[in-house]
Amino acid sequence: MVDAVFVWRKLVGAQVRSQLQYRMSFTLDVFGSFWISFIDFLVVLTIFHNISRLNSWTVHEVAFLYALSSITFAFTDLLIGHLDQFPQKIRDGNFDIVLVRPRGTLLQIVASDFASRRLARVLQGTIVLVYALSGLSIHWTAGRVAVLLVSLPSAVVIFGSVWVVGACVAFWTTDGGEFTNAFTYGGTTMAQYPFDVYGTWLRRLLGYFVPLAFVCYFPALYVLGKPDPLGLPRALDFLSPAVAAAAACVAGLTWRFAVRHYRSAGG
Amino acid sequence: MRLDWEIAKRGWRRYAAYPWATVAGAFTNSIFGFLQAYILLAVYRHRAAIGGFDAADAVTYVWLAQSMIMTVYIFSWWELAWRIRDGSIATDLARPLDPQRYWLAYDLGRAPYHFLFRGLPPFVLGALVFHLHYPSPLDALAFVVSLTLAVVVSFGFRFVYNSAAFWLLDFRGVVTLSTTVVIFFSGMAIPIRFFPHALRELCYALPFAGVIQTPVDIWLGKREGLALAGVIGLQLLWALVLIGLGRVLLARATQRLVVQGG
Repeated sequence: MVDAVFVWRKLVGAQVRSQLQYRMSFTLDVFGSFWISFIDFLVVLTIFHNISRLNSWTVHEVAFLYALSSITFAFTDLLIGHLDQFPQKIRDGNFDIVLVRPRGTLLQIVASDFASRRLARVLQGTIVLVYALSGLSIHWTAGRVAVLLVSLPSAVVIFGSVWVVGACVAFWTTDGGEFTNAFTYGGTTMAQYPFDVYGTWLRRLLGYFVPLAFVCYFPALYVLGKPDPLGLPRALDFLSPAVAAAAACVAGLTWRFAVRHYRSAGG
Repeated sequence: MRLDWEIAKRGWRRYAAYPWATVAGAFTNSIFGFLQAYILLAVYRHRAAIGGFDAADAVTYVWLAQSMIMTVYIFSWWELAWRIRDGSIATDLARPLDPQRYWLAYDLGRAPYHFLFRGLPPFVLGALVFHLHYPSPLDALAFVVSLTLAVVVSFGFRFVYNSAAFWLLDFRGVVTLSTTVVIFFSGMAIPIRFFPHALRELCYALPFAGVIQTPVDIWLGKREGLALAGVIGLQLLWALVLIGLGRVLLARATQRLVVQGG
């Protein structure tokens, strides 16, 4: 584990240094990333320009969900990257190189796609969080603080696990890199909205089976002190860490299974 | 003309060569279609109509927009910028064919492929699950014309922002910002009709509405008679302006082009 952190830091550090070589283009890049991720929040504001509540949710409550989803997405993205570049490695056979190195394959892949510009998304999520908190009067108990603090890393683990499973598709479909977008951007978009807006089947499939509802919906219900519009057991509000652990196991096993089925393109 | 046709065929074939990319993309568009459709349906639980759209209009909008994403190529397009950066543009300029015309023909070959294989499957899926609105025969015809112009407007703009690579060594920020502008002002993220009045009017005047919102409005029968001719005319005008701007930039850049190590 210590070794994994060391390797990750080494590899990421090298990428950060190279990305900071061109200050001007880095600044423009961050600026661009900020705005492109901000569009999603402009959509939320546009919706609430037309209505005052979305089901039972106010704009600040949705902004709270949005901010949690956005910030945890950003951290996942910083830690493991998008995993949308590595299908290229499979296609051109360069995954062979990953296999012969004496380190974990997944570790090498996640450490090879670091982009400093993704900090922009943390920034925009934080701005939205400040906006959300300014309009909410949350009664901060020790329990709520604890649930919030535990849910953030849990969310990162759930997002990361979902992305890894999604990326495994690339081992079978060499040019299907775009599948990952459904899991990454699709996942964060879904988690930005209250789950009671979605159709039952979609909620079951992507909320509970793919456990996106545990990313921020359930913890947020508890922190906001909202009754669950779906009337589900309140114990679910505390399950995110357990779900995260289970998701990480599934992702790890899926990755192992997928790597074993890697057929080199002979690069 | 014969040459344009041959180039267009290559545009089609290049994308047809990666069937799994098409399946993966259509899958992703479908996921987003479902998410957006349910979110907008929840909005319509509180309102009967927004900006002249009822719930079925809005859901139709979602599925049409998801189906048009790749046809009009709304996300970042880098091909020209990369060729400028690596110097291949010098070879392109030496050819007895204008690069802009080449890429336009290529794009017009690509677009029908994406329309049929990336656009149609998610739309059919959406149509099976949700109640959608369908156009009259005349509107359907006008939609096809408008969609074709949408591809040209989008291409014209993509060519312009790619030209930035002639002046900037690292053009990534410019491309990202330009993409942001198109996604937001075309109505891709949310229908322009949901915006506050002044912003809505501004969006309709800008070229980007012609990329998504205008064709969808036509499909939904929101533009009839003179208004229909007006919006298609505006698309045509913006197409000409953007293509013209691209030509000017290309001519300027060619005069001062320095190819590193070419």
